[in-house]
Amino acid sequence: MTIKVKAYIDRENRKVEVELKGSPKVSDLMKKLKINPVTVIVSRNNELILEDGMLKNNDEIRILSVISGG
Amino acid sequence: MNCCNNKPIFESYDGNRLCKIHFNAYLEGKVFKTIRQFELLDKEENLGVAISGGKDSLTVLSILKRLSMQNPNIKICAIAIDEGIAGYRDRTLATAQEFCDKNNIRLHIFSYKEEFGLSLDEMLKILNVKPCTICGIFRRYLLNKKSKELKLTKLATGHNLDDECQSILMNQMRNDMKASARLGPKVGMVQDEKFVQRIKPLYLCAEKEVTTYAFLNRMLDSFNECPNAIHSYRAQVRDMLNVMEQKFLGTKYSIVNSFIQMLPMLKEKFSCGAIKVCSRCSEPCSKDICNACVYLERLKNKAVSSLIEPKPLNN
Ligand code: SF4
Ligand SMILES: [Zn+2]
Ligand SMILES: [Zn+2]
Repeated sequence: MTIKVKAYIDRENRKVEVELKGSPKVSDLMKKLKINPVTVIVSRNNELILEDGMLKNNDEIRILSVISGG
Repeated sequence: MNCCNNKPIFESYDGNRLCKIHFNAYLEGKVFKTIRQFELLDKEENLGVAISGGKDSLTVLSILKRLSMQNPNIKICAIAIDEGIAGYRDRTLATAQEFCDKNNIRLHIFSYKEEFGLSLDEMLKILNVKPCTICGIFRRYLLNKKSKELKLTKLATGHNLDDECQSILMNQMRNDMKASARLGPKVGMVQDEKFVQRIKPLYLCAEKEVTTYAFLNRMLDSFNECPNAIHSYRAQVRDMLNVMEQKFLGTKYSIVNSFIQMLPMLKEKFSCGAIKVCSRCSEPCSKDICNACVYLERLKNKAVSSLIEPKPLNN
């Protein structure tokens, strides 16, 4: 089974749609997007989720950079 | 290990999983502990908080504001520097102003354009230097000068664990231990009327923790990055550190904790006794003329010479 999630990456101001196999976690999404989890926090419906949080079909995820802008 | 039955929203590098309420308490507790451990505040302070409008400085401002409301002997105000970086600083300053208005904090804004006659953007058109080099020199200069004018006893900044970690490594990789002697949670080797001590209450808070706190407390603005930051040496060191942190959790804490043990020795080796002052502007410096005056002079000369530069003959 594959599921689809929409992810918004704030640092790049970019929205992506990602297909993931099995019962994926946030960490799987990070791997797929090649994002180092140390550098972001992740939210769904305005609530933070951890790296082992399960993703569901049609989830809308926000990936927020923790990096200071200078 | 979970803190309680509520849903965890943060996991620390050593495996503690915290809910929203316990995370807020954890971060604030860490800041207060840092303040006590490194004696960042005295009983009475007229404290300035240097803010940019970013999550780090707003976090430190909001926590210190709360502290000052509980303790009338700690007075606080905010200072922001407008370097003049089009499309970036104007936006973060609007956030800063909005935050201060909402929380009833007096905000003083000082700009390069007004103080030096040129914005950073204009300076960079005249001089061929790394943006962050002159940006940092002029910012530190103005912050110290204005803090004295405002009669501040100390200046708090939003520097976090990641910032410090980057600075420590950068100084090592450039063999600049003298600069490292000026790091630490409390900057300013001696209490001196020429130099307003700077304190870093977020010293032991990782950037991810600060961002989490800012998110939970609605202080996280849309992502904003200085257009000059991408090329910086610091950005490369930061990325390298984050790769190491991902593989070896706790790396950043280890670097900063070992640095804290070394710091007294560095300070002793590089302490220069009384602070020297610049012969032109009387601001503290290590040479005869301070870096700000050196660069201002170069800017002036370059600006003049470029105006009178003869035009090519075939023109
Ligand atoms: S990134 Fe560099 S140029 Fe931009 S504000 Fe920071 S120090 Fe200044
Ligand atoms: Zn809890
Ligand atoms: Zn000077």
